Amino acid sequence: MRRLRLAACLAAVLVVTPAIAAELAIGFLGLADDPRYERTRLEHQFQGQPGGSPLAGAEVAIEESEFAAEAQGLKLRLDSAEAAGDDAASVRGAFDGLVAGGAKFVLVDLPPAALDALAQATRTGGVTLINVSASDDALRAARCQPQLLHTMPSEAMLADGLAQYLVSRKWRKVLVLVGPRPEDQLRLAAFTAAARRFGLKIVDTRSFRLSNDPRERDLGNVALLTAGEDYDALYIADTDGEFARDANYRGQLPRPTVGSAGLAPEAWHWSWERNGAPQLNNRFLKHAKRPMRGADWAAWVAVKALVEAAGHVPDADPAKLLAYLRGPELVVDGFKGARLSFRAWDGQLRQPVFLAFGNGVAASAPVDGFLHPVNALDTLGPDQPDTQCRR
Amino acid sequence: MNRMHPLAVALAAALLAAPAVAKDTGLVFISSEKDNAVTALDGKTLEVVKVIPTGKRPRDLMFSPDHTKLYAACGDADRVDVIDVATLAVTGRIPVGEDPEMFDLSPDGRTLYVSREEDSVLGIIDLATRKQTGEVKVGGEPEGVLVSADGRTVYVTSEVASLVSAVDPVAGKVMKTAKVGNRPRRFAMTPDGTQLWVTNELGASVSIIETAGHTVAATLKFEPKGFRADDVSPVGITMSADGRTAYVALGKANHVAVVDVASRAVQDYILVGKRAWGLTLDRSGQRLFVANGLSDDVSVVDTATRKAVKTIRAGRVPHSIAIDD
Repeated sequence: MRRLRLAACLAAVLVVTPAIAAELAIGFLGLADDPRYERTRLEHQFQGQPGGSPLAGAEVAIEESEFAAEAQGLKLRLDSAEAAGDDAASVRGAFDGLVAGGAKFVLVDLPPAALDALAQATRTGGVTLINVSASDDALRAARCQPQLLHTMPSEAMLADGLAQYLVSRKWRKVLVLVGPRPEDQLRLAAFTAAARRFGLKIVDTRSFRLSNDPRERDLGNVALLTAGEDYDALYIADTDGEFARDANYRGQLPRPTVGSAGLAPEAWHWSWERNGAPQLNNRFLKHAKRPMRGADWAAWVAVKALVEAAGHVPDADPAKLLAYLRGPELVVDGFKGARLSFRAWDGQLRQPVFLAFGNGVAASAPVDGFLHPVNALDTLGPDQPDTQCRR
Repeated sequence: MNRMHPLAVALAAALLAAPAVAKDTGLVFISSEKDNAVTALDGKTLEVVKVIPTGKRPRDLMFSPDHTKLYAACGDADRVDVIDVATLAVTGRIPVGEDPEMFDLSPDGRTLYVSREEDSVLGIIDLATRKQTGEVKVGGEPEGVLVSADGRTVYVTSEVASLVSAVDPVAGKVMKTAKVGNRPRRFAMTPDGTQLWVTNELGASVSIIETAGHTVAATLKFEPKGFRADDVSPVGITMSADGRTAYVALGKANHVAVVDVASRAVQDYILVGKRAWGLTLDRSGQRLFVANGLSDDVSVVDTATRKAVKTIRAGRVPHSIAIDD
């Protein structure tokens, strides 16, 4: 019966094709009352975390693409919808609403589990999902889907970029502090793999916990946690952000903090001043009244990639557009100085990673000297031979 | 001085056909984005004659037709500074709106056309009154600007739209657009005015537009040995006065490509400094000056042997070069 409904759906599309031929409708799916964007949380401005809904990034991209789209005879439309909750039914309801409105490409800003469930359930619906905020490696590996693309860099890419920088500085001995959340462990797993890949030595791994329990006070004490070991850099896996921020300048040794605070790998940073970035940052700041962050950039570049691909595919045909997006011809300008494209093996946008601190960027990875037989950007994240994506 | 300006310009325009008009101070001017200055070098010794403080972030440089003035677009100061070539000092400031980078002048030297990236417009400035007389909406992040020899068409690139717009400055609107490679940056026109060459920074190519129909006739790819397409980011481009040879600065690939204009074949790649962008030929066509934005220096290339013969220390992030000869 499901197949029948799909057939009916396809027929409907075929019938109305002439009318929508020159329109590219893009959906944006977010979450109502998203805890990630709660005001008090945003006020902390934790590194590597969002500054607000990335919908603003998509809006800026639509605005700046309109002239080019018009020249190609293409009309752009952006529809956004919010799921009432992150349960499968609520997410599906909001998603179906966007699709009913004509969207064949939906930017998704959901927690990883909700995105995973949606991608699994809509595998054959002919709608492409572009993940703009979840950095989970599993979504690009065992949980990958043919219709799921990612413009947000994965944890593996971020960790690889950081590891390359540490190696280039010869800061090879790393002390690791890891938080209590499962996501902290996933982030650490990515860093551990990066350390192995690029030759860093993890001298010790210690757990921290912020707690009111007096018996656990030692677990939140950075001086105690960093004692008794020599190291070049202090790596912290803290997806919450509070502990990592407060660990800066509080370790036993005068060594840099890296990872979730200090020197943090990011998809974007407002202080990047090359490759046309200042213009983009200014446009975003004017539009959203806040600096551009990683997820904002990921939503922006997702729209840019769609418009770029639509310039090469007649009538913005969705299946051909997806094939072009995943194909070797695509060149997306991400204002990071490199030619960006999606990896055929896991749907991830290959891209440079910024190693950023408070108000600057120390370096852009891939760091000079890290070479690859085909494309140096593929030194960040799982390369084709290593991919766990089997779809 | 302003009152005399139109006369001076008219005289200059009348005399321009004779090459001997230039005062030929031989000075080489280099704008450096991070020093807020334009440096004047002696053309023979290549020693610094004067460092001229300008507005913030000076970028594109261009002489008035009579070479008495040098205009410098100062991106972070939102203006074009006027440098007096005789006294080597800023004598005027022209407000042009937010973040000017590249510009060109009308053949009579009276009008300045400037791309304003932030507003996605081409600004039209009357130089006598120093006021904006019009603006034309073009594609996102306009960059390279070139005025045709007859002054009737102004070409503008749009970096984000990958378009070259042909603007009618009198009507104040875009007449035609041509889709070129990714992130088009700058122009060179063949002396006969039939071919407009445009560099595509991310496309790693040069698109050749036939000006008659405003259509792309050919796309040139660059493959310097040992570099991948991802390392090739062409930005600066210039053509010899006889229109036979084009020079294309390949950015991250640290080379300048030498292209035979007639056959459109790449003849050579010349090794220069890091992130080679702006480039300028001297009048004889014997020396090519190349601004290397990341190594903070300028390479001087001998075009006969096609070798960099000297490297000059320039200010931080050298952008453009103009030679008074």
